Amino acid sequence: MADTIEIVVNGVPLRVAPDESLAAALFNAGVRSTRRSAGAEARGPLCGMGTCFECRVTVDGIAQRRACLEPVRDGMTVDTNG
Amino acid sequence: MVEASGAALHADVAVVGAGPAGIAAAVHAAERGARVVLLDSAPRPGGQIWRHRSPGELPPEAAAWLDRLRRSDVTWLPGSTVVDALADRTLTAERDGRPLTVHWNALVIATGATERFIPFPGWTLPNVFGVGGLQALLKAGVDVRGKRVVIGGSGPLLLPVAAALARAGARIVIVAEQAPAHRVYRFAAGLWRDPGRLLQAGRYRAGFMRAAYRCGIWVARVDSAGSALWVTLTDGRRVWTEPSDLVAVGYGLVPSVALPRLIGCNVIDGRVLVDQSQRTSVPGIYCAGEPTGIAGADAALAEGRVAGLAAAGAEPDGRGPRGAARRFERRLDRAFRLRQELHDLPDPDTIVCRCEDVRLAQIDAGWSARQTKLYTRAGMGPCQGRVCQPALEYLRGMAPDAVRTPVFPASVATLAACGRIPQGDS
Repeated sequence: MADTIEIVVNGVPLRVAPDESLAAALFNAGVRSTRRSAGAEARGPLCGMGTCFECRVTVDGIAQRRACLEPVRDGMTVDTNG
Repeated sequence: MVEASGAALHADVAVVGAGPAGIAAAVHAAERGARVVLLDSAPRPGGQIWRHRSPGELPPEAAAWLDRLRRSDVTWLPGSTVVDALADRTLTAERDGRPLTVHWNALVIATGATERFIPFPGWTLPNVFGVGGLQALLKAGVDVRGKRVVIGGSGPLLLPVAAALARAGARIVIVAEQAPAHRVYRFAAGLWRDPGRLLQAGRYRAGFMRAAYRCGIWVARVDSAGSALWVTLTDGRRVWTEPSDLVAVGYGLVPSVALPRLIGCNVIDGRVLVDQSQRTSVPGIYCAGEPTGIAGADAALAEGRVAGLAAAGAEPDGRGPRGAARRFERRLDRAFRLRQELHDLPDPDTIVCRCEDVRLAQIDAGWSARQTKLYTRAGMGPCQGRVCQPALEYLRGMAPDAVRTPVFPASVATLAACGRIPQGDS
């Protein structure tokens, strides 16, 4: 991929391909847990298509965004601890 | 195709879902001169089967349909999750956290299907996905080069996903189909009658020649050991373990019928009842594709076309595509019927409802879906039972509870726009 864009995940800048979903970008960066469950277990994406809500993260301050439906944007800030 | 902004739109035909059925419906209605609005929660049209990052990745027929949509006058609303619809001919969606209302004369529901999961020990671990789930993530850019992958579950989806993963550089450890070989081979032999499907099957075989596609085997559990996963497989007699980086397990597809059930369309055995013109039991509301029964993209295109024409007021021409699609679904059900042993997959302490972390033992065998929600909160989280309800239906015979608005989680502003809760003073 010739061009990459920068997103910030939990305060750490990441270079990612511009045509990935946020879920794919997180996976490729080694971030496999997108949230903690009610019982504090690590959870990652399951359905990949917006149904299961396991990949929900905070994007630019907005909680409960499904990473699998979210295209990456230059400058996007992501929090997986929300 | 035009993109729209604003909080309220008027349409002759509103189409929910931009997979093959929804695209065919929208294009045919628009080509008849109807004002058409097409909504989908994804950023690009195509649904799951035609999910793509660039059109070049798609088979020619899919690319042609997307091109036809682009050249049409359809108003395309990406990133729009429909949360409510009323028989008074409005629907409410949430887009970028804000409400969007569409007033329509006819509504086409083309919401597709979701994957069926059966809980097993370890299914909640990161790096354990659905089969369709890992396919969707692969299409969205996940890099699987050099990754070991165990694929398990059931249904014709296992093959194309294994092939796509292999093409992308993954090492397929095993493709474990739970159905016995004789049923799967009889189903495959039946594909000779359908040249289009046979062509697809041939491509898939070539793609994962080196991988082991094996019938009568299922994933019993997954355990995490450092960065690797240990996958326990069984054929009911032997039990063995394979190391893997990623695991994908899914047991076929479940029609997505929350929206038609909310509106009050007649739904029987989990499928929306439609006539030869794809009309539901509610006037002005049509349904096409997987919500009427799992039959694949060709049937979805044919049904979408009929629904779009009928919704635009055109006379339906000739017999609808229902018969062939239903026959295919029956063959599919016979070939990939879930074996009895899968009822024993979850342990008592296996999480069934992932949203609320409810374990199987917390749910009494005789409880209804309503009781289960009241006593344990299972089914009340953000996915609203889309994952656990089909699982509990399979494991416990639990019938689904009534659907309530919103059918997806929504902001307070969006709920207010639905008109179902009193608006505040401010």
